[in-house]
Amino acid sequence: MHRVYQGVDRIAGNVITVRATGVGYRELAQVSSRHGSSLAQVIRLQGGSVDLQVFAGGRGIATDAEIRFLGRTMQVPFSRSLLGRVFNGSGQPRDNGPEINKNLIDIGGPSVNPARRIIPRRMVRTGIPMIDVFNTLVESQKLPIFSVAGEPYNQLLARIAMQAEVDVIILGGMGLKHDDYLFFRDLLEENGALSRAVLFIHTASDPVVECLLVPDIALAVAEHFALLNQRVLVLLTDMTNFADAMKEVAITMEQIPSNRGYPGDLYSQLAARYEKAVDFDAAGSITILAVTTMPGDDVTHPVPDNTGYITEGQFYLRNGRIEPFGSLSRLKQLVNDQTRADHRTIMNTMIQLYASYMETLEKQSMGFRMSAWDNKLLAYGQRFENELMDLKVNIPLEQALDLCWQILADTFEPAETGIASKLTDQFWPSR
Amino acid sequence: MSENSGTIIGINGNLLTVEFTRAVVQNEVAYAVMADRRLKAEVIRIRGSYADLQVFEDTTGLKEGDRVRFTGELLAVELGPGLLTQVFDGLQNPLPQLAEHCGFFLQRGVYLDALPRDRLWAFSPTAAPGDRVTAGEALGSVPEGIFQHRIMVPFGLRGAFTVERIAAPGDYTVSHPIATLRGADNEVVEVTLMQRWPVKMPIRAYRERLRPGEPLVTKVRIIDTFYPVARGGTYCIPGPFGAGKTVLQQITSRYADVDIVIIAACGERAGEVVETLREFPQLTDPRTGKSLMDRTLIICNTSSMPVAAREASVYTAVTIAEYYRQMGLNVLLLADSTSRWAQALREMSGRLEEIPGEEAFPAYLESVIAAFYERGGIVRLKDGSLGSVTIGGTVSPAGGNFEEPVTQSTLKVVGAFHGLSRERSDQRRFPAIDPLDSWSQYSGVVAAEQVSLARGILHSGNEVKQMMKVVGEEGTSIDDFVVFLKSEYIDAAYLQQDAYHEVDGASSAERQRYVFERIHRLLGSRMSFNDKDSARRFFQSLTQTTRDWNRVDQNDADFLQIERQLEQMIAEVSQDA
Ligand SMILES: Nc1ncnc2c1ncn2[C@@H]1O[C@H](COP(=O)(O)OP(=O)(O)OP(=O)(O)O)[C@@H](O)[C@H]1O
Ligand SMILES: [Mg+2]
Repeated sequence: MHRVYQGVDRIAGNVITVRATGVGYRELAQVSSRHGSSLAQVIRLQGGSVDLQVFAGGRGIATDAEIRFLGRTMQVPFSRSLLGRVFNGSGQPRDNGPEINKNLIDIGGPSVNPARRIIPRRMVRTGIPMIDVFNTLVESQKLPIFSVAGEPYNQLLARIAMQAEVDVIILGGMGLKHDDYLFFRDLLEENGALSRAVLFIHTASDPVVECLLVPDIALAVAEHFALLNQRVLVLLTDMTNFADAMKEVAITMEQIPSNRGYPGDLYSQLAARYEKAVDFDAAGSITILAVTTMPGDDVTHPVPDNTGYITEGQFYLRNGRIEPFGSLSRLKQLVNDQTRADHRTIMNTMIQLYASYMETLEKQSMGFRMSAWDNKLLAYGQRFENELMDLKVNIPLEQALDLCWQILADTFEPAETGIASKLTDQFWPSR
Repeated sequence: MSENSGTIIGINGNLLTVEFTRAVVQNEVAYAVMADRRLKAEVIRIRGSYADLQVFEDTTGLKEGDRVRFTGELLAVELGPGLLTQVFDGLQNPLPQLAEHCGFFLQRGVYLDALPRDRLWAFSPTAAPGDRVTAGEALGSVPEGIFQHRIMVPFGLRGAFTVERIAAPGDYTVSHPIATLRGADNEVVEVTLMQRWPVKMPIRAYRERLRPGEPLVTKVRIIDTFYPVARGGTYCIPGPFGAGKTVLQQITSRYADVDIVIIAACGERAGEVVETLREFPQLTDPRTGKSLMDRTLIICNTSSMPVAAREASVYTAVTIAEYYRQMGLNVLLLADSTSRWAQALREMSGRLEEIPGEEAFPAYLESVIAAFYERGGIVRLKDGSLGSVTIGGTVSPAGGNFEEPVTQSTLKVVGAFHGLSRERSDQRRFPAIDPLDSWSQYSGVVAAEQVSLARGILHSGNEVKQMMKVVGEEGTSIDDFVVFLKSEYIDAAYLQQDAYHEVDGASSAERQRYVFERIHRLLGSRMSFNDKDSARRFFQSLTQTTRDWNRVDQNDADFLQIERQLEQMIAEVSQDA
């Protein structure tokens, strides 16, 4: 039974208030007035008043609008026929394909029981030494790329997606530039990957509320593929737009902000999405790679800050390179003991020496005399940056490790590296 | 008696406003009734005939007009044999059993017994009819894994009771009455192996609280030697994301010298709990030779699980910790992260539209944090034995800045502060505890004079380092330069520790005393070098040799050999004839 009401008491931003009874919390409604029709969701019930968040926004809604409650929450269709298709933030086709209405699934469902998760064990190879050697990506990991606007983060995201061996790719675009949407679509098509991809795209010109739905829709679909034993890679770009949409709604709702206008539950909201990354006990997996742009290149800004506390590390993209400092894969130790015996030591040593190189650079910039040791570090740092950090480098892990030893041997004596004698005996290249 | 119920008149997130007619108790448990399930909630504010309830579940689908049933009971946990090795959510639902019922996903409104009702426990009485007993005194015990689990007089009983009847030795379930007690006013109490206790009230059935003194050995060198934790003490680990809070707690949960470890995964990643969950059963506890899981209990309310239950989870954890303390055991409670719990308070406070304090945290944040850490402590029980609860909490400050309400409120009440620094973790100097800023009010495993010499060198070394940034290496005297190298040596060879190495990962108190004695002598010796480069080279190889030493078992032949090698190296540069 659909219940239909006429008339709106209040319109503020994207939120309308109507008087209605028997309405469920988070129930969906269809709001129709002269200028069009949109879905809306119940976000507050108070003494007979119902607050609804209108997906298409408040603009054009008339006070005599018709509100039809649907008796269900937000759902999307799920089937294999989603593959190769493009949808908007409320799940409507964006391409010219047919609407799909069968097999509806809930979005924003409950979290996985931790007892049904397993410890991830599979490395995702990317061919990027800054990832494979220093911050290995692991299947089922949730990892953002922290970056300022203008960096090639979408390119990096796409490159990893193309290289990774996964069954299904799901792209959730939030506030995406139309050009970027086309970039992803064309690249997937050119690489023959579109047929195993589903795209949920909200562009900068679409209604802001639809932006809020993108991660939930993308992840609900991902979850169902994973339950069918598929290894799913979810790309979310840009989560800062998602957080800003949340901020906008919170302010309309007159919530007390906690930090720079963001609502106090920003952490929980982001976590609810990122925690969908999972390696199922006896089913597939979901890996999440996201983009978080940092306003003002400030990692302490609430969005990157809260994200860092949720995700399993982050790749820091700056000046077109993945920074060795700040970048981190927290799951790397689950896999990098099975790659090669020297992997962990190389990873630690190279970074420690690179840190010393940075200190030397600082000394040099202040005009101090360079000691013999400083000169070694300078030579080392240069090669590190050119041969390992450059994003153009595309070599398998093993080759990258060999290259690391070569750089060390060309620059230092074994003892200067601090590497245990056992390993230098085995791996130190002879000249 | 008819049930006490009310009607929902407002829903905002997990906050319900409920109109009621009969008496309602602040903090009592209530259930919101849906067609096919009921959702657990707690009364958190009462105004006139309206009560505000926080629901421990997702409220999707609840309607205005739906009924709420009040229970009259405060939020409580079940205490009894069978808690250890379990994995509970914040409301003490056993997660593996929940998975059997519900499959891959958590389902709201499903509440299972925390303690298995059908399992039998071999009870041996220690009390006899006619004995006079008070709350917390033992009536008998059952073996629970590696422990004798005391069955105690319910903690809530006031005054003295006489044992009227006690069960013969035998196998009983947790809900079987094993003793009958009679009070002064002839009140009769049936005691079972299990009792319930409201989580927000400390258990106080002991003789006296003592001052923590004895160190709690964690096997992390920088902690035990420099910034120790005491049995029954409290400490906190604030640090920016990725600085190593969780790894430090994971190491501690493995190696700490305590009887029982309770891990409260509070609003953090599910994956981290899974590591513990899957690995501990396979690891052997060196103290007992049994599985590490036998001494472990996990309360798991991770970040995507309901927020209100996150707040409850720390209380559930500390109540269970106090319960095992009552058996004369040393319990360590590790909470990761207390900031998530504080944020849960903030979310609720916001929905209640309370006047916000700093960063929108509620004004009562500080007293709530203080009250929580106050539940740590070492006590003398009524039978004279000692039991302790040590609490270590991580703090996740916004932007990594310690000048924020949760860190500051916590620092006021804890006995030790292990501050993690971004700079150290970026440089992979793990554990990234800042050796200059951290502090502890407890005494450690190594003699205090030895530590203060090393600490002095760390401070002066840092001063030299700062100075060198201005005047350069050439403007620094060789003596100052050597102080700097010595401080870097302490850092690299002693403070840093490879958590993933089987030997270096855990250093016993005895080994710390032994090694630090040597290092202390070395630091005290006067060394002469021709120039700075040769000094640097010397310390580089000294560091490498010491690191090799750290990786060798103390009983290995290599251990003594490397020690001799180190002594030789020092003799070569020493000026002390
Ligand atoms: N003692 C250690 N030895 C080696 N590596 C470490 C150590 N501590 C931390 N790390 C590295 O740092 C990473 C992050 O550590 P951890 O997860 O403990 O951070 P955290 O402070 O708990 O972060 P968050 O606040 O986001 O939970 C680890 O995955 C590991 O790579
Ligand atoms: Mg952590």
